[in-house]
Amino acid sequence: MRLAISATTYRMVLLLRDSHQIQSLVIVTPWWIRSQVLVHTKTPIVMDFPGGKVAFTPEIHFISESNEERVPCYRVLDDNGQQLTNSQFVPVSKEIAVKMYSDMVTLQMMDNIFYEAQRQGRLSFYATAFGEEAINIASAAALSPDDVIFPQYREPGVLLWRGFTLQEFANQCFGNKSDYGKGRQMPVHYGSNKLNYFTVSATIAYSLLTQLLPNAVGAAYSLKMDEKDACAVTFFGDGGSSEGDFHAALNFAAVMEAPVLFICRNNGWAISTPTSDQFRSDGVVVKGRAYGIRSIRVDGNDALAMYSAVHEAREMAIREHRPILIEALTYRVGHHSTSDDSTRYRSADEIEWWNKARNPLSRFRTWVESNGWWSDEAESDLRSKIKKEMLEAIRVAEKTEKPNLNHMFSDVYDVPPLNLREQELLVRQAIKSHPQDYPSDVPL
Amino acid sequence: MASLLSRFCRKLALPGSAHGSRMTSTTACGSETVKSLNLYSAINQALHIALETDPRSYVFGEDVGFGGVFRCTTGLAERFGKNRVFNTPLCEQGIVGFGIGLAAMGNRAVVEIQVADYIYPAFDQIVNEAAKFRYRSGNQFNCGGLTIRAPYGAVGHGGHYHSQSPEAFFCHVPGIKVVIPRSPREAKGLLLSSIRDPNPVVFFEPKWLYRQAVEEVPEHDYMIPLSQAEIIREGSDITLVGWGAQLTVMEQACLDAEKEGISCELIDLKTLLPWDKETVEASVKKTGRLLISHEAPITGGFGAEISATILERCFLKLEAPVSRVCGLDTPFPLVFEPFYMPTKNKASSSSSLSSPSKTHIF
Repeated sequence: MRLAISATTYRMVLLLRDSHQIQSLVIVTPWWIRSQVLVHTKTPIVMDFPGGKVAFTPEIHFISESNEERVPCYRVLDDNGQQLTNSQFVPVSKEIAVKMYSDMVTLQMMDNIFYEAQRQGRLSFYATAFGEEAINIASAAALSPDDVIFPQYREPGVLLWRGFTLQEFANQCFGNKSDYGKGRQMPVHYGSNKLNYFTVSATIAYSLLTQLLPNAVGAAYSLKMDEKDACAVTFFGDGGSSEGDFHAALNFAAVMEAPVLFICRNNGWAISTPTSDQFRSDGVVVKGRAYGIRSIRVDGNDALAMYSAVHEAREMAIREHRPILIEALTYRVGHHSTSDDSTRYRSADEIEWWNKARNPLSRFRTWVESNGWWSDEAESDLRSKIKKEMLEAIRVAEKTEKPNLNHMFSDVYDVPPLNLREQELLVRQAIKSHPQDYPSDVPL
Repeated sequence: MASLLSRFCRKLALPGSAHGSRMTSTTACGSETVKSLNLYSAINQALHIALETDPRSYVFGEDVGFGGVFRCTTGLAERFGKNRVFNTPLCEQGIVGFGIGLAAMGNRAVVEIQVADYIYPAFDQIVNEAAKFRYRSGNQFNCGGLTIRAPYGAVGHGGHYHSQSPEAFFCHVPGIKVVIPRSPREAKGLLLSSIRDPNPVVFFEPKWLYRQAVEEVPEHDYMIPLSQAEIIREGSDITLVGWGAQLTVMEQACLDAEKEGISCELIDLKTLLPWDKETVEASVKKTGRLLISHEAPITGGFGAEISATILERCFLKLEAPVSRVCGLDTPFPLVFEPFYMPTKNKASSSSSLSSPSKTHIF
């Protein structure tokens, strides 16, 4: 490139040369014209566009659709529950470790007994969290009680950790008058404002999954504005990451600088849909960067790794006002719900292998016992205690009467409008005329 | 129609009219200071007051920071800061979802959807989350602090995607409220009520009137109650029900009918969900005739709900079938807009509004 330039420009050119942007510089100054400069550019010149500077390249190069290697997965314990050498993790006290393990056992037993109750026709529906006990309990353990939770539907362990009793779980499942939800929703749609756990929204098994994600971002923003030492936490599955709300939420969280943890339970299945039919990216963790979000992939069946990841993520989120994406790799050992028989689309061997070889409970138990904090006796004591409590909780919940009919009409608005008051009268008249059409266990 | 409306709208600045019409709002009479404002300025004033009176309130949406594409949010970011008044990414489901989360934490979130035609990506959040938040949680949680504002309705050249009136979709959702103001003074009072109402509200603003309608608007903080319809013109021969910009058209039809000796009672519904059936019922029992008019397509429009309800309650008092003069069952057209719109002459020619002595089917 041959340029005729002024003295000022000449000085600028020298600066560019000194900054190594220019490969060579030949200055020709014939007496009859000002300096001429031959400039050969070496490296791409940086240019401004809205959004900032980018370097140019003369090569036509497409970024590959995937990295050569998948994002590695953080774990602390090996498959047998032995702590890996050089593993980094946040230390856990005996008290916390024992509570974590006990709650994992409680969750598993609760799931077993409720599942059986549904099979016996005593519950209309249930969804278990088999195989995902570490995600449930360890994440809850790493959070503070002030962190607000926006769950999907496979995280009752978070409520359990915070103190929701087996009786309270049973009341919701049986939809009795002690259910905080007043009998309005299907089983497993728990909620507790006392424990900062927003009521489960998803109509299970259909396409409505991740609506709470953008809500969590708004809540996180509120916590930031109120300068609370707390974050919002929201859970979803591999299937949920395909919903529009996931993308909306991540983008908003990054732009709004909201302290929110996005925890993805990638358990391999969205009902019968394997992840190969769900996305073609390297799982969900790589999507974080696309939105400008710091992300980590964790072994979801490793309680210590989950604990550490969530612990660190929470600190970053609150201190730096940023969202964090955690992809917890795991396996859905149970069926999607009691309305599903997963042996119709996957092999019983596969399920069995994950249940045995990669069981989060046995791995963590090994580690807890290796510290001298657990024993067979403690195990059997715990299990018999839980079983007794569960059976009693179900017995009581089943006996407790249903919520009063007026609760069908309350809470649609803060105060029932006239049309609802009229409709309640009509319904009551209909009940008087044809009582046999209506269940007798709903008090009027 | 444009010249018609603009001529009429300028009339809105004058107090009252010969026929006792109350197109101008009658709230807060007395010695308060008033200022002549157009609709977007009245909305703007309401937003300033809302943010001033509640430090935990927020205004956000696309392009809201610089004042908004319709200037409704002018001056808010400068006055209250970018943490409370801010632009969002271009994503309605995110905007409303984020707003629900803010509201669920006890804040007031006044969300702007740029144009009602773009509200549909947020429909799931509105129907499945906002509307059911309180009910499904057994009143442990609620997102009552959420208000969604959206400009709606014909603007003369808006075509398919800048002219829609989607109110009927939302009137079918228990748990939210739907509010539509007719004028600047009404808009300010209704918007403040909507923002402060403990339930999520969808607030549609007639964009046609943003600049066109000018009215004396009190400067102070005042609220107009929701779910209360207003008889803005008293009459004895026929009841007309409408909302938003369409009331100006219907007012013209009333004036024309007056010349033929027909006395019209015009009702502004204001809140479509839950709607004030009692006021409309009492009026129709008095007049014996009902005409409903809205820009939205006639099939499945909110007029059908009003018609069915009034038929149930006033059947024996009706002297003629209920008339609906509405938009047609087409996407909102561009060149054909003047043919699509429910004009005052269409209203005048309808069977209800023609002289009671004639009984012709339109």
